[in-house]
Amino acid sequence: MMERPDLKQALGRLLGAAGPEVGCEECFEQLDRYVELELDGQDADAAIPGLRAHLAGCPACREEHESLRALVGGEQAL
Amino acid sequence: MSALNAATVALVEPVSPLATLAPAPPLLDAESREWLQSLRAPDATGEDAIARLHALLLRAARFEVARRRATLPHLRGDELEDIATEAADDALMSVLRRLDDFRGASRFTTWAYKFALLEAAVKLRKRAWQGREVPLEPEGWSLFSSAGLEPDAEAEQSELLETLQSAIAQVLTPHQRRVLVALALNGVPIDVLAERLNTNRGALYKTLHDARRKLRNHIQERGLALENEEKR
Repeated sequence: MMERPDLKQALGRLLGAAGPEVGCEECFEQLDRYVELELDGQDADAAIPGLRAHLAGCPACREEHESLRALVGGEQAL
Repeated sequence: MSALNAATVALVEPVSPLATLAPAPPLLDAESREWLQSLRAPDATGEDAIARLHALLLRAARFEVARRRATLPHLRGDELEDIATEAADDALMSVLRRLDDFRGASRFTTWAYKFALLEAAVKLRKRAWQGREVPLEPEGWSLFSSAGLEPDAEAEQSELLETLQSAIAQVLTPHQRRVLVALALNGVPIDVLAERLNTNRGALYKTLHDARRKLRNHIQERGLALENEEKR
């Protein structure tokens, strides 16, 4: 039987995150600092408000965040 | 030219006046300081540093290509390597052009990596959609089928989805509707749509954000709850 698609996920794709968010340009500017704060176990969302909400609503920026985190995190793990 | 247009609006919606202020520049770590000094050196030291930087950017671009390889099964290994090299070349130009912008908010290498990842990601998204039609028109589309949903027995959920569908048709401008349908329902990558519409990522995301805000207001005015919201 096919699993029913997740309404929450579909609405998230359609409507993005609620609340204030930065744009793509600001996201790119802050992304390196955000990733390092995350990897250092610090509160990146408090340090850079609005970036998490943007990542939730922008698949392209989200992919680039995931890649940078994976690349830098992988190097730190070596 | 950078994949992100510098002329785009930085903030879609200001978080707060204070949050938009740049933090005080931290002291550079020793490795980052060495990168900057070497890259600015006028002699062979500078040339060597640029070569090292290119190698670093190429590693990041190859990393991105490897992550996305499954989405491009028709591309040969040498074509993927060409994309990685081109991304590293473009990223090198961006990094050198923006060297004075680096303030040490992160390590230099982390800052530089993001340019290579961006360039590679944009090139790969465009390549994946090369020759494909970009669905822009809302005619014949259904929120339920596009989002993979069917109106089910729950009346409140059906009402929400139907209200959303009619709001998309009636509340948004034609441009907002095209952008929302393409990006949020049809899964067109924002860089691909930006290229087809001759605009840039920041401007398109602003349009998407405005459309989303209109839809949210419309839903709230009708007293409907959105299930995707976190409880606060």
